[in-house]
Order: sequence, then C-alpha cells, then structure tokens
Amino acid sequence: MSSTLFEKSHVGRKGINIPKQSVNDAPKLDASLLRDTKANLPEVSEFDVVRHFTRLSNKNFSIDANFYPLGSCTMKYNPKVQERVGGLAGLANLHPHHITNNQTHLVQGALSSLKTLENNLCEITGMEAFTLTPQAGAHGEMLGVMMIGAYHKKKGNNKRYVIVPDSSHGTNPATAAMVDYDVITVKSNKDGSMDFEAFKEVMSDEVAAVMMTAPNTLGLFNPAVKKICDLAHSYDALMYYDGANMNAIMGVVRPGDIGFDVIHLNLHKTFATPHGGGGPGAGPVGVGNKLKEFLPDLQVGFSEEKGYFFDTPHQNCIGKISPFFGNYLVLVRALVYMQTLGKEGMINTSKKAVLNANYILAKLKPHLKAAYPNQLCMHECVFSAEDLTKEYGIKAMDIAKYLLDFGLHAPTVYFPLIVKESIMIEPTETENIDTIDYFCQKMIDAVELAKSNPEAFKEFPKTLPISRPDETKAARSLNIRWQ
Amino acid sequence: MIKKYSNEHEWAILDGEVASIGLSAYAVEQLGDITFVELPEIGAEADKDDSIAFIESVKAASDIYTPVGGEVVEANEELENKPELLNEAAETTWIFKLKVSDASEFDTLMDEAGYKAYIETL
Amino acid sequence: MPYIPHTAQDVRKMLDVIGIKEESNLFDAIPNELRAKSFDLPEGLSEFEVFDNFAALANQNDTSKISFLGGGYYDHIIPTAVDSLSTRSEFYTAYTPYQAEASQGTLQALYEFQSMICELTGMEATNASMYDGGTAMAEAALMAVRVGRSKKKKILVDSGVNPIYIKIVKTYLAYHDLEVIVLDVKNDGCDKERLLSLIDKDVAGYIFQNPNFFGSVEDYSEIITALHDVKALAIMSSYPIALGILQSAKDVDADIFCGDGQSLGNYLGFGGPSFGILACKEKYIRNLPGRIVGITDDAEGRRSYVLTLQAREQHIRRDKATSNICSNQNLMALRATIFMALIGKEGFVKLSNQNFNNASYLKDELSKVEGISIYNQNPTFNEFVIELPMSSSEFINKMESKNFFAGLKLDALYENFENKVLVSATEKRTKAQMDEFVKSVKEIV
Repeated sequence: MSSTLFEKSHVGRKGINIPKQSVNDAPKLDASLLRDTKANLPEVSEFDVVRHFTRLSNKNFSIDANFYPLGSCTMKYNPKVQERVGGLAGLANLHPHHITNNQTHLVQGALSSLKTLENNLCEITGMEAFTLTPQAGAHGEMLGVMMIGAYHKKKGNNKRYVIVPDSSHGTNPATAAMVDYDVITVKSNKDGSMDFEAFKEVMSDEVAAVMMTAPNTLGLFNPAVKKICDLAHSYDALMYYDGANMNAIMGVVRPGDIGFDVIHLNLHKTFATPHGGGGPGAGPVGVGNKLKEFLPDLQVGFSEEKGYFFDTPHQNCIGKISPFFGNYLVLVRALVYMQTLGKEGMINTSKKAVLNANYILAKLKPHLKAAYPNQLCMHECVFSAEDLTKEYGIKAMDIAKYLLDFGLHAPTVYFPLIVKESIMIEPTETENIDTIDYFCQKMIDAVELAKSNPEAFKEFPKTLPISRPDETKAARSLNIRWQ
Repeated sequence: MIKKYSNEHEWAILDGEVASIGLSAYAVEQLGDITFVELPEIGAEADKDDSIAFIESVKAASDIYTPVGGEVVEANEELENKPELLNEAAETTWIFKLKVSDASEFDTLMDEAGYKAYIETL
Repeated sequence: MPYIPHTAQDVRKMLDVIGIKEESNLFDAIPNELRAKSFDLPEGLSEFEVFDNFAALANQNDTSKISFLGGGYYDHIIPTAVDSLSTRSEFYTAYTPYQAEASQGTLQALYEFQSMICELTGMEATNASMYDGGTAMAEAALMAVRVGRSKKKKILVDSGVNPIYIKIVKTYLAYHDLEVIVLDVKNDGCDKERLLSLIDKDVAGYIFQNPNFFGSVEDYSEIITALHDVKALAIMSSYPIALGILQSAKDVDADIFCGDGQSLGNYLGFGGPSFGILACKEKYIRNLPGRIVGITDDAEGRRSYVLTLQAREQHIRRDKATSNICSNQNLMALRATIFMALIGKEGFVKLSNQNFNNASYLKDELSKVEGISIYNQNPTFNEFVIELPMSSSEFINKMESKNFFAGLKLDALYENFENKVLVSATEKRTKAQMDEFVKSVKEIV
C-alpha cells in the first residue's frame, strides 16, 4: 500500500520518548510570540515508523541490488567501509563552530583529512589548489563561474558570454545564468565534439569563459581541447572543466596540464560516495594560479609549528558559498575510497570503466544505432532509438521502461539533447562481465520485441509497485503535501 | 482579418488595432500536454519578439515571444485554470491581446502557406 | 584490485569483442601531449588499514565535552531508528528518483517530508530540500527578486540573521544588479524604526530570523504588513525545533520560509551534510527552485508519487531555470522525515518546550552569577548571549579545561562584541550538567 504516515496516524499514539525534563517549566512566552495550532505531524509508534520506511525502502531500486547503466551519472559500487568511517563519533559529532571560535586544537583530525583530500585532488587533476566547500557539482560550477566573474572584474574586462557546447549538462547554462552571463551554444561536429571552426567564430573579447566536459557527455574525448584552451586564453577567456566525467581519465589526463583554469568534481560520481537517492553530493573546485586569490572563505593551512589552521582569506576572496566545509562527511567518504584504491587502483578504475563501456558499444551496435559507431568511446556510449521510433513507434523511453521489469535501471534517455531518441549507457568499472552480458541481452531482446510486437511496450513496467504514472495529471492538479 | 505566423511559432490575428496572439498547433504538439501558462501583465509594453509570457508542459518549457509590439490589453485568464485548452484548440485559443503600436510589423510575418512550408523544413 | 571484478580472462574476452589488442589502446584518441604529467599518489590500502587511520584521525578531534555550543547547529537527540532506517542501502545507494516506477520509496518519503515541512512552517508549498540553511536563504532572496519580476532591486537583511548566512547571501547576489542592505546591530533585536524607514517599492524582500542569531524572539507581523503594502516579500528564517511552539511563517504571514534541517535528526558532522528548507505560499511555487514531488495515478489508477513541475529545473530549462541546483540533500531530508515521525505531533511540542525550559533555567541561573549579565532584552528560546567580565576567548578556554564547550564567541562574527558569548541548552542538557556549568562559571569569573 502507498498510504502515507498521515493516514496511519492515530490520535494519542506515541513515538519515541524524549529525555525527561529535569528543570521546572519556565513562565510561558507571551501568546503573541507563540503559534496558534500545533504542527500536524503524524501520531505513530516507533514500530509503525520502522515498518513504514522499511516497506518504502523495498520500493526502490538501489545500486546494491540493481545495475544502473545511467550515462553521465556514474552509479558505481559504494564501498561499505565508507559508512563505517562516516559514522565515527569523532567525525559525526564534531561541532562546526569550533571553526568560528578558531579552536583549531579541537579539530586537528578533521583538518588533516581535509588537507589530505585537497592535496590528492590537486595531484589527480593537476590543479594548483582546491576548495572543498561546494555541496554538489552544480554548487561547485556556480562557484567556479563566480570566480571567473571576479577575475574579469578585477582586470576590468568587459565580458558578457559563456560558451558551452550543445552537448553540455543543463547545469552549465543554468550556472552561467545564475552569475548573470549570457550563454552561447556551439554545435557539435559529426564526431560529437565541439566544432573548432564554429567555436572560433563565436570566440571574442566579450567571452568570459568556455565550459567543457571532457570526455564530453557523448563519451568522447575532444582531441582539439588544447587548441580550444589556447584560443580562449588568447582572448583572456578562462577555461572551465566540468569534471562530471573525470572517472574516465584518472591517471591518463589531468585538466590542469592541458590548461584548464577551474574545474569541479562530483565526488558522488568519480569517488564513489553514495548518491543517497539524490544527495548529499559534494563538488570540490580546483583552480589554477589565475584564480587562486578568489577562492571562497575557508581553506585549511598547515605549518610544522602550528599544525593545521584556518587560512586567512585573500583580500580578493569571493566570499562564502557554504557555512563551513560543505558536506564534510561526504568528503570523508571520498577520501576513504581514494585511500583504498591508491594510485594503481585509480588508474585501473578508469581503464575498466572505459573497457566496460566499449564492450557494450561493440556488443550492441549491430542491433541498435550507435550515435558514433566508428570510434571508441570513453566511459559511456550513446545509442539512438530513432529508427525504432520511425518504423515501429518505439521510443527510447519505452526501452528504458522495458528494462525496469528485469531489475535493470533505465539508461539515461533524451540526454544529450543533440542525439535524437538518445540512450546513454555508462556501466562503470564495478560491474562484472556477467551483469553486462545480461544487460546487453535484455537490450537486444527489447530491440527484437520492438520489431515483432511493438504493442507489448505499452504495459512496461508491469512488475513494479506502479506502472507509468500520469505526469500530466501530477502537474495540472498539483498535490504536493498531505492535507 | 488575416492570420500570420512567426518563426517562433506564435500566430497573430489583427482586428482593427488589436492583435490576438496564440501558439500554433505545431508548437503545442511539440510541447505535449500543456500544464501551465503564465500570462503577461495588462498594460505591459512589449516590443516585437520580446518574451512576455511563458508556457510549461510536462517535459518542456518555453517563452512566448510576441510577434508584434504593443501594449497588452487583455490576457486569457481561462488558461490559468484550464491550460489544456491549448492542447484542445491551439489555433483558436488566444493567449493575450495587444494594442499594436506598428501595424507594419505584420508584414514581416508568414502567412499560413508560408508557415506550413517553414515547419516542413524543421 | 578493490571494487574491480575483472579477471585476466574477462579483459581478454572483452578486448577481443571490441577488436583492440591491449587495454592501453582504449585511450588512443587522446594525443600524447595531453597525457598526465604526474600522478603521484600513495599505494592502496586494505579497508582495515584505512579504517584504523580514520579512527586515529577521529581521535584527534574533540567531541567529548558537554556542549552549550549552538549558533544554528545544535546537539540534539537522534533516535536510533533514524540511523537504522536511513542506512538501509535501498535508500542510501539509490539514484535520484527520475524513474518513478523504480523509486516509489524515495518519492513517497519525500512527499511525506514536504507534507511535514509544510505543517511545521505553515507554508503551502515546499521542495524536496536544498543544500543547507545558508544557501536556502540565498535562493529565497533570488526567488523574491524573481517574484518582483527583477524590477525590485533591494534585499533587506535584518541584523539578527545568522552572519555566516548573510555572507552567503551577499556572495550569491553579488553578480546581479541588486543591492543587499544589512541593518546594523543595535541591540539583540530588530531595529524596527530603521527598518520601516528603509521599506519602499524597490524592496524585493526582507529577510529576518526568528529566533534571531542572538536567540531573541520577536513578533514581526507589523513589519510584514508594511512590506506587503509595497508588494515586498517577507522571508522568514527559523530553526525547526523552535517551530514546535513559536509562531510559524503562516502565523506572521511571511511569504517564503528558509532554514537549516540539521536539528531534525542529522549529525553535526563538522557542518555537513545537513539540508536546507525552502517553502513558500502556493502562488510562488513556480519561482521555487529544486525538486518537488507530487501525487498522481498510474494507468491502473494506483496512487503514484512522481517528480513534478520539472520544467522549472536546469535539466529542462537550462539557462532559463529557476536555479542551477540539481541535487537535494535527499538522505538528510529522509532522516528528518523519520525524525519528525518518531517524535510526533505532541512530542514535537514537548521537545520544543523542553529546549525553552532548559535554556530559560540556565539563563536564570547565569544571570544570578556576579559579573555576568544577559545581553538579550527580548525573550529567548533555547539560546542567549552572556556578557562577561573577561574576553570571550579566555572564558571559552577556561571552561574547556572544566570539560565544557561553553558557547560561541561572538567577537568572531561581530565588531564590539569582545566579551560576549552565545550559550545554548537543548533538551539533552540535564539540570545537573547545567548546575555544574554555572558552578564552573562562578569559579572562573
């Protein structure tokens, strides 16, 4: 049943006991300061709550139970030891205002973990410095573009535009808009990369930054990336690296070496912190020398005599984007992952992520149109269901829903926007060949079924708690809270 | 009264000095089930091609650019509660009406045949 | 190699299917001159070694003392069931619930979260959570600007708003043609006279916090009426536990509510992850950023939970989106939902009252200590400011040696606050602990 806790509520039923109050009641506050009615929270027992949420959990797919071939989202195994470390009382119960009080002696362990993470990220990406304060990838992006804005402001540059390729993540243009830049979108060429000639045409003195994902969201590495960096720099535009796909190139390419000025990483992708059903994430931002002075407030410093301390922000610091060190307990989990992998493990991670994706590309392209069939991909591969749509009326979403019935999460569909009826698959390195073979077989079955019996797709999924929901009704007759 | 179309898929019908603006059936079909229409403020002044209204479907959202400039004199409030009217009859459901400032702007728009040919190219 | 299942035979087989000789050929598309110049990292360790390292590291942090430290982040109870349910991997290793059929668990929990947040704040609409209280406040300010169709250019911020949040609001708004006016601290409360003189038709919104950062509680209704007279929005920030007894956003007719959810079943975690609350009157829902869950039917008419109004969001609207925010702090919102359910309707009022009663007792006892005075002229909820006959640093350090985290040094955040400390007492503090605290204070002042 999908009854809410509100429907299971009974007047007078109690949940947990809170500690007994050991002082006398104080005189009540003036009635003008108090609320008129109690918040109508459910009245349920502890066991009601436990059973309710346990049953809800059974209605979810999760990486522990299901394969997620989700392009661009990097759903890989989250090592259990991360959770054990994240639960250590010395980390979980640490009060952030020791930072405000500047009581560094109380938090040496935490600061040391942050510094180690910062150093690791610098080495992995080739950047000069990192801030760990952004709480998600998009938050990091916003910070990155803010620092770019501060850089141009300081230099007196009159910049108005941010260039993004048409294959970019939606957050890129949304971020540029949050920092009040207008967006110029550049078309991709037939190989799926941002077209250099088209790029050259829109490049001008008014361009503040170029945002690129490498490998891009088509799973392709743009060989012209260095040329793009150099041209942008010649106009004093800065190069932004969207690190969503860093997991494909660890130990192979470092954005800092190529000339990127600023980069964000999604720790819940590359560094295996749990997605949590949509968050918390963490989006550290790395910078080169040009942007170091603009880093946001709260950086860890270290000296032999003082140990770890809080660096005084540079006078050009852009301010604060998070109260403290962002999602600290997420950062810790990423560091745990890095330390278990080590150098060789990280290199191997990228190799196997790319191997798995290419294996799927090779196995499926005889059956389904590959968007870029004549080249190897990186960590993800993109197909198009366009032919099936034209001939049999079967869309990418139909195939996605079919897979759900076999315990396979849907691939990313309809993104990137530049491939019609796109199906984007990213297996990650943690899946074994048996799972991948099973997935490929189900994809091939879906294509065959589309040809032989397209009508059948209407019912999928049929084994899950619900079939396809009516999204139009959800939006037209909004019901977003229990009343 | 002639009906004309813009590149952005709005239609306009001029009646005296007032133009009714709507969205073409083609555009509505592309958007899918319309779930919300944000109407312009009465009295707002707009130039040709300004974005003054906004339309949302389940999977898309789009600005509505006025194909001719002028002052907004009326907005179709029925759409606030029944956005599905656009799905039912896009070509006859106006979204807002403008007192046109320069009727010659009409000449820059496509007629029905021209628009038909235009959407063939998309 | 940890977490990688490939055997040598697997790799060979896969390379043959791909049609390449070696693994290194996978990266042939990347020119040599673009290859990494360095990759100098330590060797991998077993999970046991890594755990021991972190256990040692955790021991270099101090979480052992009895805490009277608040300032927006509090030492509250966390029921065991919050941990055991939220650490079910069906929740924490799930993806964002875009595929509704495979995510009914997460979606329903979020719907219940939204319902409970609306109950607590009195608002009609909310999303599935923001990053934290500070960023939620910045988004609330941007929302007020959007509601004013970007024609109103001023955001007023009360002097009682968390000063760290104010820094975040300023950073977020610095890139727009907007003016952020922060009122000067006059005393512990709102400078109503000054504020009313600043309200004009250019004001998009006014942000206030109740209880404010000094712990003071006031009635803002009169100010909000003045704001509405010029079509400006009232943005209320509060602390969820206080809403058990204090006026909700609805009670004062605020338009937008923002706040931080750490106190609802989440660990202090050195500042994160927590989550942000952002709620509003229904008429502003299309300006509300972030994920929203709604109820609908499936083909068989079964109740189904889905993400709705997605067209506001970045993955569809790109540069026209309400915000670039993509994730929510889902797991923390889930914890809050479980927390609120376990505490329940009556329990929440009791919890809230107990915070008020404990802090009131402590305030009373401290006010009797010679040399100490209470800075607040207004009533307070579960924290208050003490003025000391010594520097706040000296006080904090001496109290630390007596096994207390005594409070927050306000001179770190405000000018001319050298001898002031913010002290809080939650439901977890016992009379015995508070008496011991007062005794220690007597000994050092």
